[in-house]
Amino acid sequence: MVVVNALVQGILLGGVFAMAALGLSIAFGILRVVNLAHGEIMTVGAYIAAIALSRFGVSVWVSLLVAVPLLGLAGYWVQRAMLQRALRIGELAPLLVTFGIAIIIPNVLIELFTTNKQAIPTGGLAVSSISLVEGVNVGVLPLITMAVAVALIAATQLYLSKTRNGRYMRAAADDWETLRLMGVDHRRVYALAMAMAFGIAALAGVFFGMRQGGVTPYDGQLAVLFAFEAVIIGGLGSLWGTLAGGIVLGVSQTLAGVVSPELPLLVGNLVFLAVLMFRPTGIVQSKVAV
Amino acid sequence: MAELVPGHVRVDRLRRRMIATQIVGAVVILLLALAPYVFVPAVTSQWIKLFYLITLATVWNLLAGYAGMVSVGQQAYIGLGAYGIFVFNDLGVNPYAGALVASVAIGVIAFGLSFVAFRLRGGYFAIGTWVIAEAVRQVVVRFDSLGAGRGRSIADYTEDPVMRNLFTYWLALGILAATLIATLFLLRSRMGVALQSIRDNEVAARALGIHVGRAKRIVFVIAGIGAGLAGSVISLQQLGVQSPNQIFSVSFSAFMVFMVLIGGIGTIEGPIVGAVVYYVMDLYFSQMGLWYTSARWACGTSRCSVCWRSS
Repeated sequence: MVVVNALVQGILLGGVFAMAALGLSIAFGILRVVNLAHGEIMTVGAYIAAIALSRFGVSVWVSLLVAVPLLGLAGYWVQRAMLQRALRIGELAPLLVTFGIAIIIPNVLIELFTTNKQAIPTGGLAVSSISLVEGVNVGVLPLITMAVAVALIAATQLYLSKTRNGRYMRAAADDWETLRLMGVDHRRVYALAMAMAFGIAALAGVFFGMRQGGVTPYDGQLAVLFAFEAVIIGGLGSLWGTLAGGIVLGVSQTLAGVVSPELPLLVGNLVFLAVLMFRPTGIVQSKVAV
Repeated sequence: MAELVPGHVRVDRLRRRMIATQIVGAVVILLLALAPYVFVPAVTSQWIKLFYLITLATVWNLLAGYAGMVSVGQQAYIGLGAYGIFVFNDLGVNPYAGALVASVAIGVIAFGLSFVAFRLRGGYFAIGTWVIAEAVRQVVVRFDSLGAGRGRSIADYTEDPVMRNLFTYWLALGILAATLIATLFLLRSRMGVALQSIRDNEVAARALGIHVGRAKRIVFVIAGIGAGLAGSVISLQQLGVQSPNQIFSVSFSAFMVFMVLIGGIGTIEGPIVGAVVYYVMDLYFSQMGLWYTSARWACGTSRCSVCWRSS
């Protein structure tokens, strides 16, 4: 029963990993930019939620209305002002720009809010749970997280395939020069995609923070690695793959946690490396190039 | 006609400059080696940091600037170099010799890890090396004999602090000299030309018959050994590892990126200049705290987005 419980918890844990991975996947799929600052954007999102609550008494759900658009805007600006220029120089320059951002953000956060954990209380939500069978309890918060992750992936998939802007994004990913010839400003399309990636990262960051009960400046370093592992395990270029990857990562972590409380992170990393070694295309083969 | 055959253009293979560089470099290294006889240990022990910074910057530049592999996981080898001293010290090897023995072991480990890391390319290679570094740290802290999560200090050590400083100084200088010489000769060999062609266009390089995988792997292993040796020096200077999180910190990679970008990526002298700039900035501004770190990075980042010299 312990194992079954761990399995269920792991699947739900996968929800938050998948949400984190989605933003990374969009940024890479459309812009070919690996955003090393992805985890830090999540951290900033969580900080906005925490500060909104402690300074202004705004609930977490309302603060999302601020955090997501604000970071979306930041993403638009970062893409237009910095990454677009770096992309012109070479493939690896944007990578280093995002790495720089990833180093700056925790340092600024420490200066502003110290290294203390900023609590993100959720009322009774974090502790309330539903009992499925004897010994298997499902937390309400992880359940909501999973539902939001699935909804987000479905919405993103629909957006990319059905809307005009979504089609522009896929076109820009394939061949931005032709898109340019068609009279569409690819820079705006790229910036919109980055805004989407940052917004989703902010959302994932708030959920990640709620799960952890709070946020510290260095949480982003862990989060970006989880997100990346979920993307690779799931298979590059597949949005539903990120969900599968997140679940595999979550399950391997919780199962390892049954053996020893010190093992989850190590086993998670080893599973990732094993997938990389023996199934480098990931567990879900991509059909639609995103 | 004179325009078509410009007689005044001379193909310069930098032979003269190369010889001059070698002579000047040899003299500088020799002078630095004699420095402990002139300056008090308090001065020379500060230079140890500069030496390992230049070593780190040089090997990172070899990876990113010449072979086109941006790694943010070099702290794996720094940590292994630091811990390698304990491992071989427990086996009865003197800490200084242990640094050299450990570097061989790290070369073997880096060779093995390259097979995992090379599954990824470009940006995902970068973040993959970061995951590998995390995994290495998590494995190392599982060993109680290495101090688990607490770090460990070097037990069997030269008693006299002056001699200890001296040996560390010479070791750091020797490693720096070896790294620079190896880089210089590597880049001026056929291998160096091959590497630069890989960096500029991997597909074209492969089409010309260059063994891309092999060339990259050699550089990856050399960079691992260099970082490992620098890690050993850090461990020797700090008399051990204060905490595994510190020695395996991603900020080491951040320093390397910063130094190389400031100095000029894809050049031999760039990392040296960058390391000196970083060292001086660190010496005079570090009391300003984290705002300084942020400002420094903002400047490094903007420089990167403005000018990526090599490509």
